[in-house]
Amino acid sequence: MSESSATTSARPRRRVVNLPAHVGPTRASAYVCEAVSCLSMQSHDVLLGLGERVAAAGLTDVEVKRVGCLGLCAAGPLVQIPETGELFAHVVPDNLGGIVEALAAAVPGGERVPEAPFFSRQLRIVTENSGRIDPESLEDYVASGGYQALRTVLSTMTPAEVRDEIARSGLRGRGGAGYPTGLKWNTVAKAIGSPKYVICNADEGDPGAFMDRSVLESDPYRVLEGMAIAAYAVGASIGYVYCRAEYPLAVSRLHKAIQAAGRSNYLGASMLDTEFSFEVDIRQGAGAFVCGEETALIASLEGGRGTPRTRPPYPAVAGLWHQPTLINNVETFANVAPIIRKGGSWFAGLGTATSKGTKVFALAGRVVNTGLIEVPMGTTLREIVFDIGGGIVDGRAFKAVQTGGPSGGCIPSEFLDMGVDYESLIGVGSFMGSGGMIVMDETSCMVDVARYFMDFCREESCGKCVPCRVGTTQLFMLLERITTGEATMDDLAQMERLGHMVQRTSLCGLGQGAPNPIFSTLRYFRDEYVAHIVDRVCPAGVCSIEPAPVST
Amino acid sequence: MTATESPATEEPTEPVDPNEVKVTINGHDVSARKGELIIAAAERTGTYIPRFCYHERMSSVGMCRMCLCEVDTGRGPALTPTCMFPVAPGMVINTESPVAKAAQAGIIELLLANHPLDCPVCDKGGECPLQDQAVSHGPGESRFVEEKRHYEKPIPISDLVFLDRERCILCDRCTRFADEVAGDPLISFTHRGNETQVLTFPNEPFVSYFSGNTVQICPVGALTASPYRFKARPWDLEEAHSTCTTCAVGCQTVVQSSRDELLRYQGYDSEAVNWGWLCDRGRFNFEAPNSDQRLGTPAVKSADGTGLVEASWSEAITKAAALIKTALDTDGPTGIGIIGGARGSNEDAYAWARFARTVLHTDNVDAQLLDGLSPAVLTLPRATINDAAAATTVVLLCGDLKEELPVLFLRLRDAADKRGVKVLEFTPKSTGMTKYSWRSVNYLSGGQARIVRDTIAQADVAEQLAKGPVVIVAGTANLAESDQFQIDALAALLDAAPTATVLPAFRRGNVVGALQLGLTPATDGMHTDDILTAAAEGRLALLILLGADPLSDFPDTTLATRAFAGARSIIAIDTFVNHSSQHADVVLAAAGYGEKRGYTTNIEGRVVPLAQKVTAHGTSRPDWMIAGDLARALGAQWSLDSVDAITDAIATNVAAYAGATREALAEATDGVLAVPESSSALETSGAEVPMSSGYNFKLVVGRKLYDQAISTQLSHSLAGLTPGAKLHLHSLDLDRLGGPGAPLKVTSKTASVVLTSVADDGVPRGAAWVEFNQSNINIAALLDAASPATDVRVETVS
Ligand SMILES: Cc1cc2nc3c(=O)[nH]c(=O)nc-3n(C[C@H](O)[C@H](O)[C@H](O)COP(=O)(O)O)c2cc1C
Ligand code: SF4
Ligand code: SF4
Ligand code: FES
Repeated sequence: MSESSATTSARPRRRVVNLPAHVGPTRASAYVCEAVSCLSMQSHDVLLGLGERVAAAGLTDVEVKRVGCLGLCAAGPLVQIPETGELFAHVVPDNLGGIVEALAAAVPGGERVPEAPFFSRQLRIVTENSGRIDPESLEDYVASGGYQALRTVLSTMTPAEVRDEIARSGLRGRGGAGYPTGLKWNTVAKAIGSPKYVICNADEGDPGAFMDRSVLESDPYRVLEGMAIAAYAVGASIGYVYCRAEYPLAVSRLHKAIQAAGRSNYLGASMLDTEFSFEVDIRQGAGAFVCGEETALIASLEGGRGTPRTRPPYPAVAGLWHQPTLINNVETFANVAPIIRKGGSWFAGLGTATSKGTKVFALAGRVVNTGLIEVPMGTTLREIVFDIGGGIVDGRAFKAVQTGGPSGGCIPSEFLDMGVDYESLIGVGSFMGSGGMIVMDETSCMVDVARYFMDFCREESCGKCVPCRVGTTQLFMLLERITTGEATMDDLAQMERLGHMVQRTSLCGLGQGAPNPIFSTLRYFRDEYVAHIVDRVCPAGVCSIEPAPVST
Repeated sequence: MTATESPATEEPTEPVDPNEVKVTINGHDVSARKGELIIAAAERTGTYIPRFCYHERMSSVGMCRMCLCEVDTGRGPALTPTCMFPVAPGMVINTESPVAKAAQAGIIELLLANHPLDCPVCDKGGECPLQDQAVSHGPGESRFVEEKRHYEKPIPISDLVFLDRERCILCDRCTRFADEVAGDPLISFTHRGNETQVLTFPNEPFVSYFSGNTVQICPVGALTASPYRFKARPWDLEEAHSTCTTCAVGCQTVVQSSRDELLRYQGYDSEAVNWGWLCDRGRFNFEAPNSDQRLGTPAVKSADGTGLVEASWSEAITKAAALIKTALDTDGPTGIGIIGGARGSNEDAYAWARFARTVLHTDNVDAQLLDGLSPAVLTLPRATINDAAAATTVVLLCGDLKEELPVLFLRLRDAADKRGVKVLEFTPKSTGMTKYSWRSVNYLSGGQARIVRDTIAQADVAEQLAKGPVVIVAGTANLAESDQFQIDALAALLDAAPTATVLPAFRRGNVVGALQLGLTPATDGMHTDDILTAAAEGRLALLILLGADPLSDFPDTTLATRAFAGARSIIAIDTFVNHSSQHADVVLAAAGYGEKRGYTTNIEGRVVPLAQKVTAHGTSRPDWMIAGDLARALGAQWSLDSVDAITDAIATNVAAYAGATREALAEATDGVLAVPESSSALETSGAEVPMSSGYNFKLVVGRKLYDQAISTQLSHSLAGLTPGAKLHLHSLDLDRLGGPGAPLKVTSKTASVVLTSVADDGVPRGAAWVEFNQSNINIAALLDAASPATDVRVETVS
């Protein structure tokens, strides 16, 4: 390796994969995660290194393979030997001996290492292929059951039957609000207008959320298959994936997938030799959070300023170029093929009374295992935090879990045994949102958390409507005063009043949801606010407050 | 139905109007219209919902949230932006519930949190929707003490408009206007969140003929117009409803004055005409009447004949009467010609038409200066502006409406852009309407009738014309050719679409009124070109200029100059001493716009009011009064002694104006239509003129909004906006002549001029297009009133 390439190899770089071809049946394999998080920790060098080492060791019946996200992102780079279940964390390119030895020793059908609870407690539908197939290989996708659903749909089902199946499944939108997907598909199908569009919302702007990115990086064909089925079901012919520009790997995998699917007739004209045609194109957003809001997304797709507009009309009736438009989230589309393959009733059998199936969460914060998880709806927060998440780091005390991002709230320990679904979260003053889940311990100041999210909303407000444009700035300034000990109890009352006003009068979900972090922290942690204001102390020791001037 | 036929037991059923929607507003049952927005229905029925972003002439955006009210559609009351939602049957609307009021007060409070408290020095103070609604709907005071936004104080965003971003409440009205209404999307929002601001694009000022409207509709003092800034406080202004007579669209205005000085014109929302809009020329030329160059007293030629000296009215009238008497004695009535009258009121025009016919006994009267179409067009079945906007097809056979009749352009642009009206344009050069046209067809001067016939013979055009109502907008497109070509083309169109109606695109303020009220030959009198020819040939004893300036405006300078030399005497009635009136023997000082009351007639034939808002300048008098003064000095019978008397006489004596009685006019919201009986006989000639040998281009002379017109030149803010004349050639033609920018010599039969050339592919090959009436060149010198078309030779300057 020359010096110059040595220095550049410190940054994630893609090189041509030139792995030794192995002949005959595979006895064992090494799955190297090449989703963006592991890639940024040189997992590609791990992949190449492993290839060389395996070849050097003469293991001709061992396959070294690139896969998508293995889930435990914080422990990357990750390598898994699926035949034994062994998972290697924090792998470094120049210390691969252990893996090669394990590969040499692996016996098919032999003893497996017990799965850690992080994995065993999950139920993987959306992420069933993540970490198992090569995301850039159409063959791999097809070999693992991919495109069976589309084939079934196109050859044996009417659009109405497809919609019925989705309705039967009880699937609800994973973009945040949980709108019943079957209902939405029916509205678009019945709306008058041609052409109709299908849009996949991959804007994913919640801070810390990366569920959609991971799905696109690990299993892009699944999203395309879901979109194609949706297009057939609603009578659309043109599709767009609106993806954050900050997701270059997702965009490039998706791009390759669109091309490969097109070549194999899984997209394009007369798909799978039927009369159905569907084209998909990628559009990259400018990275504004509000562009994930469906009407703003459409305005941005049309080339305008990405600002929301009043609904109705809903996009289902008048969306892109005023045509009926189905807009669903990445994860929503990713659920479609399994529902068709296994039946709506199967899906409806999972989860809770109102929320079916699973939900993917980005587990972050003060838990031992951070990363991407998928659990059935109704899984308790305790299972998520303590079983899957492995509990709080450093053995500290759990304080709250934040869900729903900037429109969500903080849920205190008294609700740890609550099963998570759309309704239960709203019941405790939070929100499902796109699936961010941040665990906090006693070192977190709840006023500071509220301030952080309000700062985010203020920055991300599109500026279109007065309450959000001015209100979030004023709310932020009030929070700032509280965290610096300059506020009075009148300010607190003022903040609550203004929060309600912003919630009730804002045009779109961003402004309407922006005061939620304040409300939920006030609901459960009011004493912390009072401590900042009256006692001029931050109980968590996060905010720096000048000591009160001693009154004489 | 008779009583016996209808059984007495039958319940009397109210007829159900399918367009009626019954709703409840603040507890009262109200009848709204299907599709009507809640905010509009409430306002129409007497409940004002506060608003900032909503504007009834633009699309709703629901941004400011000021109009939130509680609306119950059966699922319980919900805060609803009433500017975004149409009424629905049974809706219960509460605009004053505690929840609604709290929301409205909250919005005001947030707006004030960012808004500077500089009302005492703000032009809008006193007429500011933010100020007013803060009082009526606000919380009383803003409880926020946080830092406001700070920006550089007013920045110019165009020659006429300044923007103060600290005051801006980001209602999107100005930006929507620029984009949706004017079609000049040169201002837009930049940045996000609390940093959002209105800005122009870098190095691209907000150049628009309509920019002043943004100042009027801005709900705060963020936008100010340079001609009005700091001139007066709104509470010092007195106002009156009037009509703009800068062109003949007849935009409805509110004329405002303070201390007997005209200070501002505002657009007035007339459903039939201008929808509240004005063009900048009409809006800002209030500076001209106030100019110190106004003529305040009559003047007579000095004893040595070298100039004009002030005179008393009796002196001037006596002298004028003597000139008239001499002319009648020497040459009889045919030795007198009257040119002009298109800039006054209906009453002025009628009085002068009567004066000509009953005192002078001459038929040599013409309100046009060979720059319009034959008045026969006014006897064709007339279309209104709303007819055009609602037609299936609008055929444009006229000049560039954006330049000549700007607000008609706005209405037709809206019709084409938003209402699916198909525009078929015949033009010698691309126009402001070209990009909104379904089809735009170019022709070379004189070829229009043939091109029209060829075009309407095409199957899809014929099909389009057969689809529904057709309105033809007919006017002059080229001052370098005879109007006969347009008339021939118009006749061809009417042949193909016999039920089409015609909207005359006549340009000068009250030209339609003047023509309809008799300032045009009725029998065998002379038109302006003949009057000037007679003068040039020494056959005219007296030329009377009724607010006309032929030396500037007549499209044949040679003839006009010879006429002024040849006329034995000249009387001018004018508000200024201009190129022409300076040669008069007597100049009678006329009262100007805003200084006299009466009515005017727009292109549709709509009779609309002119208000007197200020005292006439000096001792100047209205034209109608001057006619009476002269009549009396000549010992004639004269009874038209007041505006009311003349308005009555018009209604009594002019058939087209029978409906325009004072009572009807006082009651009408959009004026009264006065249109002559249709006679629909156009005299056609059919002659197309081949290019004369030795020449290589057909000259087209067209108008720009800003030219040397005195009302523009004496309005400081507008004077600098005249573009100057250039030679516009198709780039392929220009390539052969050395490319753009080169000075080129343009030679006609009568003269040559040197002009800077520009490439303009909107000009067809073989045509040369030049702006009329600009300061750098007198293009009228190239024109010959007697030639049907103007052939020119364009060559490089050696
Ligand atoms: C401020 C804001 C941001 C949003 N961002 C996203 C996003 O990043 N991804 C997403 O799928 N939906 C987002 N949504 C929700 C979308 O508007 C829309 O409801 C969703 O894409 C519909 O898909 P679903 O029915 O599959 O959930 C956002 C909504 C709001 C108000
Ligand atoms: S709520 Fe905020 S993000 Fe949404 S439209 Fe209003 S300003 Fe824009
Ligand atoms: S300048 Fe005036 S009209 Fe334009 S957005 Fe600001 S407040 Fe509205
Ligand atoms: S007037 Fe309705 S939101 Fe502005």
